[in-house]
Amino acid sequence: MAAYLFRRLAQAALILLGVSFITFFLLYALPADPVRQIAGRSATAETVENIRRQLGLDQPFVVQYWRYLSGLVQGDLGRSYLQKSEVSELIAARLPATLLLMAGAILCELVVGLTMGIIAALRRGTATDNALMITSFVGVSAPQFVVGLLLLYVFAVKLGWFPIGGYGTFAHLVLPSITLGILGSGWYSRMMRSSMIEVLRQDYIRTARAKGLSRRRVILRHALPNAILPIIAMIGIDIGIFMGGIVVVESVFGWPGIGQLAWQAIQRVDIPIIMGVTLVSACAIVLGNLLADIVTPFIDPRIRVR
Amino acid sequence: MKRLLATTALIATFALPALAQDYTHDPNARAGGGIVVTYKDDVATLDPAIGYDWQNWSMIKSLFDGLMDYVPGTTELRPGLAESYEISEDGMTFTFRLRPGVKFHNGREMTAEDVKYSLDRVTNPATQSPGAGFFGSIAGYDAMSDGSATSLGGVEVVDPLTVRITLSRPDATFLHVMALNFASVVAREAVEAAGDDFGKQPVGTGAFKLAEWTLGQRLVFEKNADYWRAGVPYLDTVTFEVGQEPIVALLRLQNGEVDVPGDGIPPAKFVEVMGDPEQAARVVEGGQLHTGYITLNVNTPPLDNVNVRKAINMAINKERITQIINGRAVAATQPLPPSMPGYTEGYEGYPFDPEGAKALLAEAGLADGFDTELYVMNTDPNPRIAQAIQQDLATIGIRASIQSLAQANVIEAGGAGNAPMIWSGGMAWIADFPDPSNFYGPILGCAGAVEGGWNWSKYCNEALDAMAVEADGITDPAMSGARMAKWSDVYMGVMEDAPWVPVFNEQRYTMKSPRMGGDDALYVDPVSIPVNYDYVYVTE
Repeated sequence: MAAYLFRRLAQAALILLGVSFITFFLLYALPADPVRQIAGRSATAETVENIRRQLGLDQPFVVQYWRYLSGLVQGDLGRSYLQKSEVSELIAARLPATLLLMAGAILCELVVGLTMGIIAALRRGTATDNALMITSFVGVSAPQFVVGLLLLYVFAVKLGWFPIGGYGTFAHLVLPSITLGILGSGWYSRMMRSSMIEVLRQDYIRTARAKGLSRRRVILRHALPNAILPIIAMIGIDIGIFMGGIVVVESVFGWPGIGQLAWQAIQRVDIPIIMGVTLVSACAIVLGNLLADIVTPFIDPRIRVR
Repeated sequence: MKRLLATTALIATFALPALAQDYTHDPNARAGGGIVVTYKDDVATLDPAIGYDWQNWSMIKSLFDGLMDYVPGTTELRPGLAESYEISEDGMTFTFRLRPGVKFHNGREMTAEDVKYSLDRVTNPATQSPGAGFFGSIAGYDAMSDGSATSLGGVEVVDPLTVRITLSRPDATFLHVMALNFASVVAREAVEAAGDDFGKQPVGTGAFKLAEWTLGQRLVFEKNADYWRAGVPYLDTVTFEVGQEPIVALLRLQNGEVDVPGDGIPPAKFVEVMGDPEQAARVVEGGQLHTGYITLNVNTPPLDNVNVRKAINMAINKERITQIINGRAVAATQPLPPSMPGYTEGYEGYPFDPEGAKALLAEAGLADGFDTELYVMNTDPNPRIAQAIQQDLATIGIRASIQSLAQANVIEAGGAGNAPMIWSGGMAWIADFPDPSNFYGPILGCAGAVEGGWNWSKYCNEALDAMAVEADGITDPAMSGARMAKWSDVYMGVMEDAPWVPVFNEQRYTMKSPRMGGDDALYVDPVSIPVNYDYVYVTE
């Protein structure tokens, strides 16, 4: 296990290095000059050059990248060009909000997705099954921007059940979690449905039924724990999918997370922030996958890590 | 209080003939309460030497003061931290007398040393101030700029309450420069203590002080009880909630949770809001010193032919473009907006005349038109405006392909001179101060027509540049009329060469909640956007 973990962590470090290189290179090659944005319209050529020198942007790519990496290993993510703050500080201020939203969204996905999947599997081939699968398809394909605004309009503006955007209480969390969760729940319901159908065909289910157990007990005690295994790996991968959705949902609901920070930075080509957020997202994805791989064998002893 | 005001008004009238009457307090104003203002983007910085966007501009105005200031709701100068000033005969030396007893938010009294320190700081290249160039006329600026000096030679502390500033060339706009945020007076010890984070821990002499800043969520400004201007501010707190989509902000305003949406009414909701009399009544409309334009790169064939540029000017249907933004603008005839001094009254600009345009093109040997590119920023409504321009050009045979890019990429292409045509929307010029010179240098003058400069037409007419320098050399207030006439000539000269198509001058629309009080002018204040926080109040 220790060797496995070490190997995976080394792989993770390599992946992060690759991500940092590609992102840094793309931002370097981008036909946009952050110095001109910092310097503003009234700056003289001298001022522009002076700022470029101070930020080290006059150096060749390799030197710039090396500087960034050496800062990175010391925990220095750099300083935002336009917000004039440490990137680590900006991210740290916003990370708790994003983690909270992710947790809420995953919970929502699991509850909605699994329930739909289980019901569809048990009513396989009926109108209920079809209706649930169509719903999940719509959920997966609906643009989050539209879903978010629709939920806001109905539940916050018209019904007044929830606050209109913002952050702070449980009530604030509900609508953004649902918006983000609806996207993923479709995948979960489809996955859960096929996994459940697969399990229901197994011999041990037939045995359990033959022993005279109630339908409820067969499903909850024997079918569900086995059917849910593939879902656990999905949660890990899901974190990666979330990063895209979070940018949109956080913007619509005014949720002060890193998705919003990234969006603002991208619009203004604030390279240190874009780099920082990309690396944090990459870490989240790598960690999510790693966790999924480590946790699965504990739940299903048939799977062993090597 | 009234007496104090009367005295100030008298000083303003006699000692400072260029200045207008000061603001008279609103008799209905009541002190207390707080308002909520929303923004989509986080606040970048509150450091007056660095902050240069419309969001932090007015926030900084409320936290800091400079030697000069504007009468609320107008573009007229009034003294700020300077109680009075004298200008030497040759217009090259300004002596400012500071108000005694003005205190920084940290309790220390402000002195002439602070004024000098603040000007040294903003012009020091290490500060990376986007506004350093505005101080170019102060003696010793060049030595600061190239790093050979650490203090401006032209700024001299005469005594604790007197500062003398000597210029290296006559500059008629100098008092406006001293009213810019970049000239705000900061407390040295606070800057040194905060280091790079002064923008997050600002200490000034302004009407409000920063009480809370939760990154990505909110900023709270709290009334400065020791503010040197008697009677203001009225509000106890101003809370800025950031990270709110404009459309959500509008919903919250309608729900009574927000008082002023800082980003304005979202374009998609504008017609709906203005169509509802109850909501429309709470929208204040005002002019702003803004011009949206198309740049025509004078170095790119066939745009290097003046007749082709004139033809393009005649092909654009400006009225139809203003319709795309729901009529929130007036068609422009020249680079200057109508409310700017120096605007040429009665000049009609190039007429909308596609047939005439075709004839001009034919005369230039381009009867079949030509292919070109139009760059545009990719945020709504700019791509839609670019399409309208594309259609207008197509009617005279010019086939323009649209390059819709992020703001930074358009700026890069414009600066490098790669873009034949750019629609300026989203990056259009809004004056830093109400003087015609501010519309020329970086965007139409030779200085901006360099690699990386903001003069995207790459237009450089040395005769006009010389006239511009002459105009700014007229420092005698009595000659202000002659100066404006000269500026008017400069812009008419520009129109003759047609490096731009001036398209429209945007109007400003500020929406407020029913509880907001104060003169309408405060809601379309030319220098405090969206509102002048120091003078608005709540009625409940």
